Amino acid sequence: MTLDGFDSGKSARITGVDWDALAQDEGKRLKALGVDEGAEVAILHRGVFGGRDPIAMRLGNMTIAIRRMHARAIHVEAA
Amino acid sequence: MSRKRTAALVGNPNSGKSALFNALTGARQKIANYAGVTVERKAGRLTLPSGEPVELLDLPGSYSFDAASPDEAVTRDVVKGTFEGEAVPDVLVVVLDAANLEQHLVFAQEVLELGRPTVVALNMVDLAERDGLTLDPAALSEALGVPVIPTVAVRRKGIAELNAAIAEAETHADEQAHTRWHLTLPERRLSAKHMARGAILSKSTRHTIENGVDKILLNPWIGPVVLFGLLFVIFQAVFAWATPFADLLEGGVGVLSAGVTASMAPGILRDFLTEGVLAGVGSVVVFLPQIVILFAFILVMEASGYMARAAFLMDRLMAGVGLSGKSFIPLLSSFACAIPGIMATRSISDPKDRLTTILIAPLMTCSARLPVYAVIIAAVIPQTSVGPGIGLQGLVLFALYVAGIIGAMVVALVLRRTVTKGAASGFIMELPRYQLPRIKDLAIGLWQRAWVFLRRAGTIIFLATIALWVLLSFPKAEPGESQLDASYAGVVADTIHPVLEPVGFNREMSLALVPAIAAREVAVSALATTYAVDAEDEDVAAEGVTAKIAALWSLPTALAFLAWFVFAPQCLSTIAVARRETNGWKWPIVMVVYLFALAWIAAGLTYWIAVSAGL
Repeated sequence: MTLDGFDSGKSARITGVDWDALAQDEGKRLKALGVDEGAEVAILHRGVFGGRDPIAMRLGNMTIAIRRMHARAIHVEAA
Repeated sequence: MSRKRTAALVGNPNSGKSALFNALTGARQKIANYAGVTVERKAGRLTLPSGEPVELLDLPGSYSFDAASPDEAVTRDVVKGTFEGEAVPDVLVVVLDAANLEQHLVFAQEVLELGRPTVVALNMVDLAERDGLTLDPAALSEALGVPVIPTVAVRRKGIAELNAAIAEAETHADEQAHTRWHLTLPERRLSAKHMARGAILSKSTRHTIENGVDKILLNPWIGPVVLFGLLFVIFQAVFAWATPFADLLEGGVGVLSAGVTASMAPGILRDFLTEGVLAGVGSVVVFLPQIVILFAFILVMEASGYMARAAFLMDRLMAGVGLSGKSFIPLLSSFACAIPGIMATRSISDPKDRLTTILIAPLMTCSARLPVYAVIIAAVIPQTSVGPGIGLQGLVLFALYVAGIIGAMVVALVLRRTVTKGAASGFIMELPRYQLPRIKDLAIGLWQRAWVFLRRAGTIIFLATIALWVLLSFPKAEPGESQLDASYAGVVADTIHPVLEPVGFNREMSLALVPAIAAREVAVSALATTYAVDAEDEDVAAEGVTAKIAALWSLPTALAFLAWFVFAPQCLSTIAVARRETNGWKWPIVMVVYLFALAWIAAGLTYWIAVSAGL
């Protein structure tokens, strides 16, 4: 299951990230922000216009905005 | 002491680095660019307790030495001492957000691995306390092996202690150098976790205010309403609140001009000072109040943490044309003036996104176009009402703004599929914590923006004005002949007129476009001069010229002129800034050519449709 399909507000643990599906700089940025196997995340908010994009997620003590395409590359399980 | 010592602030974005920089240096800051790149170099003077001055650098916020943006590359190269022309800082001050230790300690370890003399500022401890965290700086200092000073930059707490620690940092350097680990990112992350846990004495389960506030401000339905409400207020403020100050400045320039006229003998030098320098530079200075007001809003939005939320809300809309929410901030600034707007594109990390944003920034109706719109609309659009409280004139003005925005979106869409083609840009952005901005930090920021605007636009406008004045003033007209007809500018106008005639422009309009290259609002006074209206003041000139236009221009011609100015190639200052920010002439030329083509087509379509509709 990817983060994109995960319920808002619930904690998820990252089981893996498709780094190849991400642009190189974006992968670097996400990694630097702490997106990696084992990290706990939760979707806080979703945008309104078509496609419910972008997504605001909680990661540690931070709120980070990402696009759905990034969320689709992040595999998670319920934490 | 042979050389002035230097120190540098490094840390993650949103660690409160800039506020700390302000607290340490006060308003004595120097802003320039790093050589060869358009990354802002912010330096200031820090005075150590001993009285020794130290140059303090505020390095761009960075998540890692593995740079994902030009900003981060600058930080890495300066800190490592590999940036050409930049001395390696003697002391590094690592800034950490106390409430976000686990994340910020990752980069901090990377910096500490360099083994340079380092001090850690544990910043924003007040916000951490607000979140229910109690921290132990001593434990953190033990774990990191360097001094850790708790600070609250916005309240100026811990600044003296930090200053003292910077002064002593170099003497500790030898003990620190050999104790450094070299870890991989996952290892660093793990040790950051342990260090953060060790430094947190107690943690209550208080809810952060972010979540609650974001529930409203990022709500899919309420969020956009709040944002557009705020934008409406900003526009009202920019155009209504600024007027008295702009009038005051305009009056001041008028008084100065009258003074010069009275105290100098008539002649070329006097004409040069009044018609050239004062009229030209004055016409730019008049926009300062609008720019200051717009930037006051932008700075408050940024400092409070709301700007990132605005970018979040706008992202979907911008994604539709191949941009991201990050382009929203520069485009918002461009409504005051494209110059600060183009400079603000520096925050966009994707180069193609940034280029596209620079290219469309001039399509946001800048305040310089307002006088042109106002004069033409007053002359040809009847003052009738089309609905309760909605006047036709206001509606036309609104339509011109919307035309610019839609034009920008269409152009962005086309550019992203052609010249700035590339992978769809992403949007990854930390949404910082909400914070009450401090007035002094806002004042410093405002002063810097205002000064950059005045200096940059002022010098360019100054030179352009001299050139135009020469073109307009020579050769001197024979008696009975109009000066504009006789001048070189007249010759230029005659040359371009055949191009503009098909889209309904008369010769006076073609003439007016020449000086409008310096600053768009000059089109009004140029028309006024052409119609031999004897008036010094632009407002008086406007009244006179309004009557002339109403009498002499057909409605299709006037509408074509309005359509032209929605897209018209921008002023020289904008072109110069675009050249500077894109490091070459290629993109400014692309910009001018496409805007000219668009303006011509828009004016033509407007004219031909209006004529065939029998207007």
